[in-house]
Amino acid sequence: MGMTLTEQILARHAGRDRVSAGENIWVDVDILLTHDVCGPGTIGIFKDKFGADAKVWDKERVVIIPDHYIFTADAMARRNIDILREFVAEQGLPYYYDPGTSRYKGVCHVALPEEGHTRPGELLLGTDSHTCTHGAFGMFATGVGNTDAALAMGTGKTWLKVPETMRFEFHGALPPYLMAKDLILQVIGDIGFDGATYRAMEFVGPAVFDLNIEERMTLCNMAIEAGGKNGVVEPDQVTIDYVNERIARAGTHADYTPVYDTADGAYVFTKQYDVSTLDPVVAKPHRPDNRASVREVAGTKVDRVYIGSCTGGKITDFEAAARLLAGREVRVDTFIVPATTEVARELGRRKIGEHTLTEIFRNAGCRLGESSCAACLGGPVDTFGRLNEPLTCVSTTNRNFPGRMGHKDGQVYLASPMTAAATALTGVITDPRDQMS
Amino acid sequence: MDTKIRGKAYVVGESIDTDQIIPAQYLVYSTSDPEERRFYGHYALAGLPVASQGLPDGGTPFVRGEEFTSDYQIIVAGPNFGCGSSREHAPLALAEAGATLVIAESYARIFFRNCVNGGYVIPAETRERLYDRVRTGDDLEVDLTANTVINHTTGDHYELPPIGDILPILEAGDVFEYAKKAGMMAS
Repeated sequence: MGMTLTEQILARHAGRDRVSAGENIWVDVDILLTHDVCGPGTIGIFKDKFGADAKVWDKERVVIIPDHYIFTADAMARRNIDILREFVAEQGLPYYYDPGTSRYKGVCHVALPEEGHTRPGELLLGTDSHTCTHGAFGMFATGVGNTDAALAMGTGKTWLKVPETMRFEFHGALPPYLMAKDLILQVIGDIGFDGATYRAMEFVGPAVFDLNIEERMTLCNMAIEAGGKNGVVEPDQVTIDYVNERIARAGTHADYTPVYDTADGAYVFTKQYDVSTLDPVVAKPHRPDNRASVREVAGTKVDRVYIGSCTGGKITDFEAAARLLAGREVRVDTFIVPATTEVARELGRRKIGEHTLTEIFRNAGCRLGESSCAACLGGPVDTFGRLNEPLTCVSTTNRNFPGRMGHKDGQVYLASPMTAAATALTGVITDPRDQMS
Repeated sequence: MDTKIRGKAYVVGESIDTDQIIPAQYLVYSTSDPEERRFYGHYALAGLPVASQGLPDGGTPFVRGEEFTSDYQIIVAGPNFGCGSSREHAPLALAEAGATLVIAESYARIFFRNCVNGGYVIPAETRERLYDRVRTGDDLEVDLTANTVINHTTGDHYELPPIGDILPILEAGDVFEYAKKAGMMAS
């Protein structure tokens, strides 16, 4: 019996030939990611436990990307950024992306790969539950709290229980009206929002390798919405090319060793999908596993459409939405929030026909916001797109628990960017097939 | 670690996510400053919709009015307690409010780790559905050595599975003490 991708990575980081699901092990961390909401707490615990003058274990491996509360007048939220700045200066950390400067990026999970910090075979911890996104690069990536992050910050180590692996195989050709978001909402609906608790979710099959890197990120991003410890996709040439280009551009470390699927690992669960037969889906309020096909809920009146976040705010997401919105006008308030400043710049460059994506969104009557997490998690009351009233919103984000986007009685439907755009055009939940020319 | 805990139950349902435990707009208070940290207690479980506040009746906030601590020490919940974000402010908020123990059918992984590694509250699991058998305000006594719960209000007894893997960390106090014992951190 061989090892799964996840077991191979964990064994290497534990300095062992093999590990098995269920074992508790100590592992070496390659990269620690934090942001403005959990960074200050992590720093506080780090100083408390390692001393006021302590240094991080490796300053090249601590990456700090403020993204949550950036464009707000809330003085206490802004103080979080000041704490990060002070710590970065004191520690001499090279990988900090400061708001208000040309280095500012936005959403950490889109910024991290853009800035050359994701590599196949490595182990990444982040103080954010969507850290599982980076399994798309063939690495082990998982979210942790401030205490675990503080321990890693001081020692470069963490303890983990080796997860069992669930294997999801995707076959067939993806129809033009489906996106990775539909696939992962389908999976979460099938296994439930705790169906992968304590487990790794491995995504395999030709239909996965047909996806571009951003779509693979969307798949892995929502592993946490099924309770997963990590999501992972085996690296291929698409992965290697993306990673090498970004490493070269950013000048980050280039020595990494990918792991590959030996197909003889022990899987606790295997499920196959023929993507050519699937329908666009949503997660209805108030759970990410509350799946319905778009056709089942079509006609539901909405007040707002939101396209953004680590899940649905990448260039692939906006291009898909823009294809539907080009030359037309939205019927409800539609918020466009590019995840990072790089995505925002690309919106101004990439064209469909004669117009850039930015022009298409403006001409359609959308509202464009600054790059950050924005209303995905509500945040301070002056956050762009936040639900400050009990509105119904179709959103490309990742969670729809009560209050997630700001108002306890808000009704959030999670959907793909195409379903979101089709809905924006009609003001009622709409299957993208009904709006495609 | 206290192995016997007695207190009043606060009962919630399934899939209580971290946004309901501590809504995102309150994540601006310092967790290091003792005065500010109290606000996490004040806002603990503030994101619960009214109907979900203290089952079976609802409408009972975990922390009353202007208070900073709760009248309830033991939270009883259904499956997947603590799902959602990785914010450690969630178990911290429950602990600041005075809770010492959660009894849930299952936990989301990151929340569970945070409870244990930070030494905030003990996350006990139950194989029985207790959230529709225990009422908010019931007087519970939990023995984590005998793995039992006595409901002094109703006279009912329940069994809990053993705490298992996390016991060494709970006994060490937090993950730092555990790491020192494992030789992963200098003492």
